[in-house]
Amino acid sequence: MSISLSAITKSFGKNSVLKEISLDIADGEFLTLLGPSGCGKSTLLRILAGLELQSSGTVSIGGRTVDGVRPKRRDVAMVFQSYALYPHMTVAENMALPLRMRGLNAWQRLPLVGRLLPGTRIAKRQIEEEVRRTADALSIGPLLDRKPGQLSGGQRQRVALGRAMVRQPTVFLMDEPLSNLDAKLRVQMRAEIKELHSRLGVTFVYVTHDQSEAMTLSNRVAVMLDGELLQVAPPHEIYADPDDRRVAEFIGSPKINMLAGTVRERGRIDAAGTTLSAVLDMPVGTLVAVGIRPEAFHLTHHAGAGSFAGTVRLVEHMGSDLFVHLDVRGQGEPLIARLLAERAPHVTIGQTLHLAADLDRVLLFDEAGRRIRTTREGRGASVARLREMA
Amino acid sequence: MSAASSTTRLSAPGLLRHAVLLATAALVLIPFVWMVSLSIKPPGEIFRTGFSFWPHQFYGFENYAKAMTEAPLPRYMLNGVIVCTLIVLLQILVCAPAAYALAKLDFPGRGLLFGMVLVALILPHEVLALPLFVLGYKLGILNTYAALIFPYVVSPFGIFLFRQFFKTIPDDVVHAARLDGLNELAIVWKVMLPMAVPAIIAFAIFSVVSHWNSLFWPLIAVRDQALMPPPLGIMAFRNEEAGNDYGPLMAAATIVVAPLVIAFLAAQTWFVEGMTGGAVK
Repeated sequence: MSISLSAITKSFGKNSVLKEISLDIADGEFLTLLGPSGCGKSTLLRILAGLELQSSGTVSIGGRTVDGVRPKRRDVAMVFQSYALYPHMTVAENMALPLRMRGLNAWQRLPLVGRLLPGTRIAKRQIEEEVRRTADALSIGPLLDRKPGQLSGGQRQRVALGRAMVRQPTVFLMDEPLSNLDAKLRVQMRAEIKELHSRLGVTFVYVTHDQSEAMTLSNRVAVMLDGELLQVAPPHEIYADPDDRRVAEFIGSPKINMLAGTVRERGRIDAAGTTLSAVLDMPVGTLVAVGIRPEAFHLTHHAGAGSFAGTVRLVEHMGSDLFVHLDVRGQGEPLIARLLAERAPHVTIGQTLHLAADLDRVLLFDEAGRRIRTTREGRGASVARLREMA
Repeated sequence: MSAASSTTRLSAPGLLRHAVLLATAALVLIPFVWMVSLSIKPPGEIFRTGFSFWPHQFYGFENYAKAMTEAPLPRYMLNGVIVCTLIVLLQILVCAPAAYALAKLDFPGRGLLFGMVLVALILPHEVLALPLFVLGYKLGILNTYAALIFPYVVSPFGIFLFRQFFKTIPDDVVHAARLDGLNELAIVWKVMLPMAVPAIIAFAIFSVVSHWNSLFWPLIAVRDQALMPPPLGIMAFRNEEAGNDYGPLMAAATIVVAPLVIAFLAAQTWFVEGMTGGAVK
């Protein structure tokens, strides 16, 4: 089912948590809401589920406006960060509950009377089969008689997934489902969620603060900050072609290098003791922020225009890559460059190094943090570049 | 070796701790032991100087027989069971949804309502005796079981206790239940209460003990012997013309206390299990 959010706002008292969020999610899409904690992404998800009410704006699911429709009638299923399993019920009972609430009427659910009513036995057997099938698909079949307290974190996570899957919803909502797992399990479950999405083919809306989850899982990522939707785009575009300085700074690890720059004559930019050539239609003296991703640097031997000179403060060996922290005069924070280990074998602390940046990968932002697109590289150019790389 | 010996030999602070615990336990238990001892002694031995637990002449049968026959004690005990059971059940029935609303639902005036619960918590029930008596009279329920039960059905303590416990249950569980299709009352009965078993047990103990032992309100509310609760059985042996009849009085007191003690001891291990077994994250 497609989802459409239009001009959603939410405030608690004077505190505005969501500011005019509009977002369209296509049928079968995997969309991730990415942002630091407290940015309103979970609130947005709860509004989508109907667990919280927006202050204004409309939510529609599958073309039907669902404002004021109770959560159970929205045909969405949700997986929670804390799993939110019922501790007093077995795994089977946990997974069967949503089916029981839908498939059986109030009389049929009664412990003794229900058994006597017509149709109960068949309905119950169907529910049991459905639970069993889902449990087997998630390989938690042997755990059906256990209680959540007897399960490990990863197993509880699967049960929570199973409880959401079992009633075959048209929309899956996931609120940081992996953040209580250890690193290894997280990577494994990430792959399983991805596989689940392609198998079920239904719409997934996934909330996370972890950019690697967002980048690996999604068709599109929606970056949120302070209740604002900054950019919605496919993962590679979010990374290589951010619309906003905050997006550029949030995505990418190590963080993008941000240098203070000034526009000189003929569109050149002075930054961190060097001059970068760019083609800019901006008045001389305009202040800009120059963003350079760590991997957009390469070693160069000649000093001068276009290269940053500095002393090496720290070298981090990451196997195939080196992270080199470079103290550059006139620049508060060190520049971080990601260099291929084989290209820079002899970098030592205290050494003077010259780094040049790939000019078509330099990102410029104005003082308000908006992206300045240079005439030389448009949106298409950088995306094409990345496609080439892939 | 030292680790092994430290578990068998008590250190000085350990000894002190046990001494204090034993002294406290003795303070609490001695009156009960005395009560049981007196209940099996003949009248002549009760005021003899010097104390021995076992009587020279066992007089238990006579005392207990008198306690059971002089006043309709079995009837009183039955009344106690009926009244206490109904009170606890109705209290849970009323308090759990109220506590759920105060803990998990957002509505205007919630803070004020909870404040009122707290105020009600500090009011002693005796203060309300007269208004309740008048109300009971107007409703025509005086001198019935209803008069013994209804004034206690809304328990501020129960609401407070459940509300505090429900607060500790994550909101996500409530959200999940709503998405699973449970309505708000179903959430209370099927999700919140089963998770709050330790709180229910604690509350049930408080409730049963206090209402089993309650004397003041039943004295006001009922006059019919057939409705009176257990403590009134003890009253029957006081203020007789011939002075207090201590042997049967103590026997009656023992009989009245016994069910609570036995019930508590029998369920003790289960209480502890309930306290720890419920601690599922």
